[in-house]
Amino acid sequence: MISHLWINNEETAAVILFGIGFTMLLFQKNLLKKLIGMNIMDTGTFLFLASMGYIEGRKAPIVTDGVLERTAYINPVPAGLVLTGIVVSVSVTAIMLSLTVRLYKRYHTLDLDVMYERSGHTAEDR
Amino acid sequence: MKKVFDRFYNLIAVICCLLLIGVLLYAVSLLPSYGEENPRSVEVVERYVEHGLEETGATNIVAGMILDYRAFDTLGESHVLFTALICVIILLGKDKKNMRREYDSYYTVEAESYHLLQTDTIVRLVGYVLLPGLFLFGIYILLNGQLSPGGGFSGGAIMGAALIIFAVAFGFETVDRVFTEKLLKTVTFVALSFYSFAKGYVFFTGANGIDNHIPKGVPGAILSGGLILPLDIAVGFVVACTMFGFYSLFRRGSIGHDITFMDQQ
Amino acid sequence: MGSTEGFRIVLLLLLIGCAIAVNLTKNLMQAVIIFMSYSSIMCILWILMESPDLAITEAAVGAGISGTLFLMTLKKIKAEDAGENEKKIKKKKGKR
Repeated sequence: MISHLWINNEETAAVILFGIGFTMLLFQKNLLKKLIGMNIMDTGTFLFLASMGYIEGRKAPIVTDGVLERTAYINPVPAGLVLTGIVVSVSVTAIMLSLTVRLYKRYHTLDLDVMYERSGHTAEDR
Repeated sequence: MKKVFDRFYNLIAVICCLLLIGVLLYAVSLLPSYGEENPRSVEVVERYVEHGLEETGATNIVAGMILDYRAFDTLGESHVLFTALICVIILLGKDKKNMRREYDSYYTVEAESYHLLQTDTIVRLVGYVLLPGLFLFGIYILLNGQLSPGGGFSGGAIMGAALIIFAVAFGFETVDRVFTEKLLKTVTFVALSFYSFAKGYVFFTGANGIDNHIPKGVPGAILSGGLILPLDIAVGFVVACTMFGFYSLFRRGSIGHDITFMDQQ
Repeated sequence: MGSTEGFRIVLLLLLIGCAIAVNLTKNLMQAVIIFMSYSSIMCILWILMESPDLAITEAAVGAGISGTLFLMTLKKIKAEDAGENEKKIKKKKGKR
């Protein structure tokens, strides 16, 4: 199992990145850090998808010299999916950041716990 | 109470993270090896690669895929961008309804002085050198989407970044002379509706077996690929407008020069 | 094992290192800048994986515009604090 993980090092790194992002989402109290963690999760997923499509020794999917064989190019499907995902992730980030700005405007803090206390709740009843 | 809860939460969170990473690593160890072709995914790829050039007319198979075979996907995605822009306008835009008492401090004149762009000599000089090349590069990538790597998303993002650098180097007043809020809304609306109608026409004729009379062109020429080039331009404009709109809204709370707000002051 | 195998592994290790560094740093500005460099490393990885489309998009969007938006948020927050302080000072002066 470990040796196969080493062969699949790209996917392994992607999964580890996903885990780090998830850990940041759970443990960081700061909203901006949480957002960066979500972005890291995003990129981990993209890395995983794109590494599934990569085939050793083949070229990027752009037709050159009229070669129209499947064995000459890498898999173009994950590239298309990830291209869509990158642009969606930036718009999600923008919405989240503007929500963060509004929350800061209201509570004057980025810390989630302090925000909770300032919103009138006590720490006990969460 | 809080301490106990925190400790409990941390314990559960650590276990969740470790479990997640462990399960995912186990799944990775069962996948086919990196760099080898997965025999189960061959069928779709074969169709895209071997018939892509004659069916779409695009040399770049990825562009042909996302703007011809999967054009609805891209249409939805440009609408996601548009929706995101609208959400940011609602959340950060300056208007009367947004300026209730509790938010009032943010839009006072004191805070406004921190938003003014100080046009620095160095930044302006770099802008003079860099900007023509950046705009040209963005347009080049936008127009060559069907031939080489690039296309609507990357070209539009580069053009948006060039607009942002323009605003940083020469101030928002210079941008506002050309790039008003009305222009941005018009461009976005026209691009999105053009995309919807053009692709709707192609899907309608395709589903009913009618010839759609859109010339494919010679593969490799710039005017080739049928609808891919105009759709690329539409997507690129939407992306560029959205990116500049995000920056402008984050920076000063409005897209163009806001006359109504200035009158209130 | 191609010739770029070693380079790729170094880049992957750098990616994980950047992600952990973002997790551990206290300064928000540093976190954002590390995240931007993370995106740039990702962009080189896309080129090694033969997907130049993704590399261009990631370089423009991930490293450029996402980072700018994060920095803008930080600046807005600082302006907010400064505006608050000025208001307090003005109130005190008014009372006198």
